[in-house]
Amino acid sequence: MAKVLVVTSGKGGVGKTTTTAALGAAIAQGGQSVCVVDFDVGLRNLDLVMGAERRVVYDLINVVNGDAKLNQAVIRDKRLETLHLLPASQTRDKDALTDEGVARVMEELREKFDWVICDSPAGIERGAQLAMRHADVAVVVTNPEVSSVRDSDRIIGLLDSKTVKAERGENMDKHLILTRYDPSRADRGDMLKVEDVLEILSIPLLAIIPESQEVLRASNVGCPVTLNNPLCAPARAYTDAVRRLKGETLPMTMPTDRKSFLDKLFLRRAA
Amino acid sequence: MTLLGLFNKRASGSVARERLQLILAHERSETGQPDLVITLREEILAVIAKHVSVERDKVKITLERGEGVSTLGLDIELPLTAAKGRNEVRTETRADAKSEKAMPEKRKQAA
Repeated sequence: MAKVLVVTSGKGGVGKTTTTAALGAAIAQGGQSVCVVDFDVGLRNLDLVMGAERRVVYDLINVVNGDAKLNQAVIRDKRLETLHLLPASQTRDKDALTDEGVARVMEELREKFDWVICDSPAGIERGAQLAMRHADVAVVVTNPEVSSVRDSDRIIGLLDSKTVKAERGENMDKHLILTRYDPSRADRGDMLKVEDVLEILSIPLLAIIPESQEVLRASNVGCPVTLNNPLCAPARAYTDAVRRLKGETLPMTMPTDRKSFLDKLFLRRAA
Repeated sequence: MTLLGLFNKRASGSVARERLQLILAHERSETGQPDLVITLREEILAVIAKHVSVERDKVKITLERGEGVSTLGLDIELPLTAAKGRNEVRTETRADAKSEKAMPEKRKQAA
């Protein structure tokens, strides 16, 4: 039975699309089939982060409206044959998505793939609610920063009330991915600590993604970070997150890239 | 000043935590609120519908929060036909959700 996962946050720019691409690629590397679905209608970016922007012909709205078949719109990744992308429309707005249409497409995706990962738009409006509606599991992406944590709290409330699972009276399975975490700043007390965020949001921690240049480097070249440099700290954290999603119990470590003494000295001064 | 500055700088992470805990406690207690208004609206509508037919959009229900007391405001516009016998076109009732003493007076006004 396929698993539908939504990557959501409330606030924009915290790393939903990066996380969607990284988790999707990491699952696909393990051999299971994955389709990452961009729900950010009008502001699509998952195609760009996945490096498939020039291969988009049909999109989610075409499939929802019945103008294209699902297999016409789904793009297979060139690097991993188990990885697929269903892009969003760049020209239409999210009102073009109907509840019934989305439900039908999600059902079809469930039949064809082992994992469906929905990349939610920012905000708490219709687009975000449609992205989470059919999910079995939710990944809440949060930065250790006050506005992001507050918005995540709102999103957790919506996950517990506006999803099919919640309406059936079932418990929505929610996990936290803390992104752009800087352990040295947290140690100095200049950043919300992991424990602070966990205490406030009270959902289980799936991964801590350290602040890293590798994330930008990967999106620059249009490759999920877990594929671009599987050994870098953020990629290892995302790979661990996938193993936990599949049910493994792993100790939570703080992945770090080795830095030279001079690097450390320079970074500390710049910060 | 420098000591305070130093203290503030050091504690910015914990300041963030305390501010968040406060605001979220407040916001979480409020999330139940819109649903309460919706429930009240539906039940009040059902009671009114037993006696007169009113259009849904002619019923306005507000919940205002003041210091120590919340005010439930009802603004119900009755159709002409329904109000004929009572020589009234519009009835306005404002019921104080917490203070019971205010209720009888207001009822008199309405009658």
